[in-house]
Amino acid sequence: MCEKYSFGVHPITCHSWNKDRTRIALSPNNHEVHVYNRSSGEWQLTDVLDQHDLRVTGIDWAPKTNRIVTCAADRNAYVWSPCEDGKWKPTIVFLRLNRAATCVKWSPEENKFAVGSGAKLISVCYFNEGNNWWVSKHIKKTIKSTVTCLDWHPNNTILVSGSTDFRVRVFSCYVKEFEESSATTKWGNKAGLGHILAEFSNSPLGGGWIQGVSFSADGNRLCWVSQDSSICLVDITKGTQVHKLRTEFLPFLSCLWVGPNAIVVSGHDCCPMLYTVDGSGQLQFAFKLDISQKKEAGGLSAMRKFQSLDRQARLEISDTELETIHQNTITCLRCYEGSNGSVGKLSTSGVDGQLVIWDLQPLEKSIKGLRI
Amino acid sequence: MATNTLSAAFRKIDVDQYNEDNYREDEVADSQSPPAAPDENEITQLLNQGNSLEALKVVLRNAPLTSKNPQVKESALNLTMKVLMSFKSSQVDEAVNSLDVEMIDTLMKYIYKGFEFPSEKRCGQLLLWHEKVYSVGGVGSIVRVLTDHKRA
Repeated sequence: MCEKYSFGVHPITCHSWNKDRTRIALSPNNHEVHVYNRSSGEWQLTDVLDQHDLRVTGIDWAPKTNRIVTCAADRNAYVWSPCEDGKWKPTIVFLRLNRAATCVKWSPEENKFAVGSGAKLISVCYFNEGNNWWVSKHIKKTIKSTVTCLDWHPNNTILVSGSTDFRVRVFSCYVKEFEESSATTKWGNKAGLGHILAEFSNSPLGGGWIQGVSFSADGNRLCWVSQDSSICLVDITKGTQVHKLRTEFLPFLSCLWVGPNAIVVSGHDCCPMLYTVDGSGQLQFAFKLDISQKKEAGGLSAMRKFQSLDRQARLEISDTELETIHQNTITCLRCYEGSNGSVGKLSTSGVDGQLVIWDLQPLEKSIKGLRI
Repeated sequence: MATNTLSAAFRKIDVDQYNEDNYREDEVADSQSPPAAPDENEITQLLNQGNSLEALKVVLRNAPLTSKNPQVKESALNLTMKVLMSFKSSQVDEAVNSLDVEMIDTLMKYIYKGFEFPSEKRCGQLLLWHEKVYSVGGVGSIVRVLTDHKRA
């Protein structure tokens, strides 16, 4: 049902796969990014990307152009290109920030990337051939707090951001210098970089940092998860109304469209969950991806009892273990097989240092009448 | 530890006031129509008729969460507590199950607000309410007590 891998006791801040999912880049919650190669089920550390000075906050691996972009609390970003010997060559990108960078994402065409930061702005970067240099342009408009998450519209010119001022904003991200005009979308006409196309408030009751945003495969629907344990959905073809589902779980940190009408969310509850969207645009809970049962404590022997009393000053040792596979918050959720909007397998990593790959198909079959 | 850090007074300094571009919430929405507050007479009447459930729904539906007026908030809190205390222990389960998600969230906010002003009789009753509301709303409703800016 799922594959489990452990990368030590340190939290995994974030991870990203290469195109054929044979390699993974992840950060063990420090200034380094580790690149692993998977051969016959074994993970081999092939390179350590150690240019950052402070904790790495975002990694994104561009599948087509095979470049890795990383950003960190040291306010810089690096674009890493592969060398022939399997190592990676860094190119620094000056983001011109005065606060930590928080998240990074390549655009679908991989000719630019966006970096969110604590400086209340988004840095959009593209390569300038003439100067052999990554140029960074700022989007500042109306952002009043740290940008925590980003996602690109599939048309390469629209960007959505979520921030800690409880708002989700959709920006035009069309760079005149090198991009041809694209067809207009439901989000509005094309306009210059940083033009705000839409803005949504997380909750009429105020509050709730936005933790994750995601465009659907056709780019017409937008979902986000926030710190008030809710999932929100906007379908721009039907207007700007926000459908909000207040869940009974702990807050979610990331969301991903796994089907035209299905979203997987994961976060502090340590268990990825699938929600479906019905015809009227309402979200509904479908199932938990993690269906593992609590392990039966194998008979309380006298030895075990006294050992546990001695070590932890308590009789039961099982109450420190969660029923879920992940033993702590899931911080990163990625597509492993398929593409955005039709995901077959997905991968999660979290504070417990585990990487888990989930297969959606068997789950889908086991739940009668469910179509993702 | 250095002697000068023994003083905890520095923890009470509002450092945000020295930040020029501090985050301020939009005040625009608040200045519109004055938020509804539950009508005391209506509630008293419902309670006298023994219709606690309807009284609960009315106070939760009209809860002045968006109000900035402390007096309105306090009277609504007292009224809600009065309604909550009017329930018999055996009725709590049924009452909680008949509320929708939004009312559950509002009720949880009032329960926590009630804990801020404890009295012997009140706390026992509130703990019972808390248990029942938690079983329906889950940890999500408690999270929203903490995150929502429009409080009880």
